Amino acid sequence: MNNEEIIIEGPNVAHGAESATDHHGHEHHEQHFVWKYIFSQDHKIISKQFLITGIIWAIIGALFSVFFRLQLGFPDSTFPIMEKFLGEWAKGGKLSPEFYYALVTMHGTILVFFVLTAGLSGTFANLLIPFQVGARDMASPFMNMLSYWFFFAASILMFTSLFVETGPASGGWTTYPPLSALKEASLGSGVGMDLWLLGMALFVVSSLLGGLNYITTVLNMRTKGMTMTRLPLTIWALFFTAVLGVLSFPVLFSGVVLLIFDRNFGTSFYLSEIFIGGKALPHIGGSAILYQHLFWFLGHPEVYIIMLPGMGMASEVLSTHSRKPIFGYFAMIISLVGITLLAFLVWAHHMFVTGMSPFLGSIFVLLTLLIAVPSAVKVFNWITTIWRGNIRFTPAMLFALGFVSMFISGGLTGIFLGNSALDIHLHDTYFVVAHFHIVMGVSAFFGMFAGVYHWFPKMFGRFMNNTMGYIHFFITFIGAYLIFWPMHYEGIAGMPRRYYDYSAWESFKHFQGINSFISIMAIIVFFTQLLFVMNFIVSIFRGRKLTTLNPWGSTTLEWTTPINPGHGNWIGEIPEVHRWPYDYKDDGHGNDFIPQTTPLRPGEEAH
Amino acid sequence: MSVFIITTLIVLVFIIIYQISKASEYATVLRGQEKVNAQANRAIAWLLVIMFLLGMWGIWECNQLFQGRLLPKAACKTGENYDSMFSVTTIVTGIVFFLTQAVLFWFCFRFQSTEKRTSFFFAHNNKLEIIWTTIPAIAMAILVAIGLRNWYDVTSPAPANATVVEVVGKQFNWLVRYPGKDNELGKRDFRKINDANNVLGLDWSDPHNLDDIISQNGELHVVVNKPVKLLIGSRDVIHDVGLAHFRLKMDAVPGITTTLWFTPTITTAEMKEITHNPDFVYEISCDQLCGKGHYSMRGTVIVETQAEYDKWMASQVTYYAGNNPAAAPAAAPADGTAKPEVKVDSTKAVTMK
Repeated sequence: MNNEEIIIEGPNVAHGAESATDHHGHEHHEQHFVWKYIFSQDHKIISKQFLITGIIWAIIGALFSVFFRLQLGFPDSTFPIMEKFLGEWAKGGKLSPEFYYALVTMHGTILVFFVLTAGLSGTFANLLIPFQVGARDMASPFMNMLSYWFFFAASILMFTSLFVETGPASGGWTTYPPLSALKEASLGSGVGMDLWLLGMALFVVSSLLGGLNYITTVLNMRTKGMTMTRLPLTIWALFFTAVLGVLSFPVLFSGVVLLIFDRNFGTSFYLSEIFIGGKALPHIGGSAILYQHLFWFLGHPEVYIIMLPGMGMASEVLSTHSRKPIFGYFAMIISLVGITLLAFLVWAHHMFVTGMSPFLGSIFVLLTLLIAVPSAVKVFNWITTIWRGNIRFTPAMLFALGFVSMFISGGLTGIFLGNSALDIHLHDTYFVVAHFHIVMGVSAFFGMFAGVYHWFPKMFGRFMNNTMGYIHFFITFIGAYLIFWPMHYEGIAGMPRRYYDYSAWESFKHFQGINSFISIMAIIVFFTQLLFVMNFIVSIFRGRKLTTLNPWGSTTLEWTTPINPGHGNWIGEIPEVHRWPYDYKDDGHGNDFIPQTTPLRPGEEAH
Repeated sequence: MSVFIITTLIVLVFIIIYQISKASEYATVLRGQEKVNAQANRAIAWLLVIMFLLGMWGIWECNQLFQGRLLPKAACKTGENYDSMFSVTTIVTGIVFFLTQAVLFWFCFRFQSTEKRTSFFFAHNNKLEIIWTTIPAIAMAILVAIGLRNWYDVTSPAPANATVVEVVGKQFNWLVRYPGKDNELGKRDFRKINDANNVLGLDWSDPHNLDDIISQNGELHVVVNKPVKLLIGSRDVIHDVGLAHFRLKMDAVPGITTTLWFTPTITTAEMKEITHNPDFVYEISCDQLCGKGHYSMRGTVIVETQAEYDKWMASQVTYYAGNNPAAAPAAAPADGTAKPEVKVDSTKAVTMK
């Protein structure tokens, strides 16, 4: 199936900018390479662009963690190989403290924003929304293209900051002022910080362009019969992800802009009564805590921006590979609504120890622990979904199951941290590191891997290699627990995060052996991810070819498109939808599923 | 050279894994997709169960490993409440953890795909949904109740008899200021800071400052069983006073004064015996990233008896005297009543020297 055979028609057709003029309904045309693969407006290509850029960023971000884990695990050793990568910053093979903090900061920024926001939502919202709602493309393919290229520009700025003389931003991924506002406070608060802020500003633009598009497409471009309650849960999840992003990213933008003003134009939004670099600064009256409010008003929804796509994809994959409908479809949607609403009302639980009013703190405790309820409902529903199923352990299914396991483990530790009375000791210790890495790092990645393994055949018309997928899953799953489980204990012992070296501390130095163990595990898991990348790249070109339209026996619309769908996705009419997306039951012809496009049989009740 | 060898080895391992994986894919095609998939499915179901059991054993071993390496018992009253609340939360979440994980892995094994099995169409059940919405809600309500009780305990106003001490963070150490004889901390202004002779910017026109004592080595001396209230500030960026042994933490924010109070119940000497560690010391860790020296921003808390405290206090020189040896106060206070006090203080300081 190639592009020439596909006739583009219908109201939802997306036009390339250059093709709009010479397009006359049934006429077919060959696009220039540049418009087809680079400045493409096709949602499938844009999704691949997001995915591949995300993978490159993930390798860089993970490599950074290997470097700083080497320092944490073996503070007395030198690693000449680091000097090859980092030059001056690792003279003699030992990281300098300044660059240690730069690596920690960039690791967080890259993984949270560039990989798990752009790489995750960017990939799967672009791929799945038009496919699963039955649209030829996004509502505005041009804005969609811009979304990727703003992300690309943000990437370039952030990447450039790695090479400036004073190093990249080093105030943590949260970049709290005054540390991030004053050049005197840290090397990384120089040019590197300006590039970080500009990069983030562009990133917000990209995220808004994408998010508005996703929302519009879901609301307006569903095919005939595709009511909101017939949408697969992936679409619901991606829809709420976009809503979260559109409503909260602008607040980060304002925070970033004010910080740019404080840094460069002498304003005092965040600065007050500071003596640094041997002199008192003129700023008076600002509040450093204001930034934290602005930051976490995005920062907390951001956690759910990262989690929700994984939840949606895990729901879809668990249902498909258990050959069973998702349990409690409506409960799943309502819990998504609950999580989305609560996501906006809990930001200050990151700030319990900033000296905020204890009364205000207690309100945030209440709202934070409320989130446990919809989260628990989701977990129980996932578990019930596999109960009495007919489970096929494909790599996608294993990662979806791993997602549930990790989400439980990481979610439960959130109950400790959300309770201010417990947070007052655990705040900024390794307990926090363990908690958020499991729940939004590993678990979100597992959701992403489940998605990649599951939809790879749709993206590239080939399968990924199963054996390598299994190796990837088992090492990553076991390795992730071995890395993060011991960190909880370190945190309970009060071991602060973001320390370069613990050897001078009577209370923490005896964890050295455990830190070494964690570092070794982290390195093993890192190389296992490279195995995944190799599997991904090789399978694009040499993977086993797809021979049927619907390899997983799935009910949703994307599997009704040709194996390598062209621009416009469907040949001829867009199919009409007659039922909900989880009819995994006997269709009367020996199949255990009924696609959404099959009309109800006489006497059959709709879900 | 070693780098080259390691790189080559890693690449080789990757190529081998790739070749095996590819070969197994071809073998699958030859031997029949269905049959191989069924075998693989069974093997993986077993692997998942084994992984679960090994995981539980691993958790047990990990607990053993950390026995005795965690913090000793809390050294203040609110800390004791903290520890008991922590245990309750651990038990509640622990039960949920074991049950859900066990069920998850058991279902994987029990309902693995076989030739005979067909799945059970079970799309919703409102009763179940209500049950597992209510139970977590009740559990959360209980945890919130315990939490808020402790939270208001910890954040309640300090008792009137509390000793007031100021703790100020700067890159990268802690400055601790004691109110001195008059029991009152004088005013300070960041514009008066001078690293040579006025690290906290004390306003010398305020007589309360003249007897203040500043310990620049980050030593916080407190009396056992006597409440102490910390006024926390920062000179430059945000720091955080982390008191792990007292289960407390509070940010130090420039331009804002935050507070924290506690009543230490175990002296440093007693804790040395409890922990069997002659080097034991209560440490103040900076818990908010503050720059390249963040990891070395260490202070200590010395919990001692009243007698030891008084003795230590008597050996201290006021900050004013320490930096203005034998000199009269630079700025004569305008307030007449304060005058004699100043005189007494400075002369005393001089004689102490």
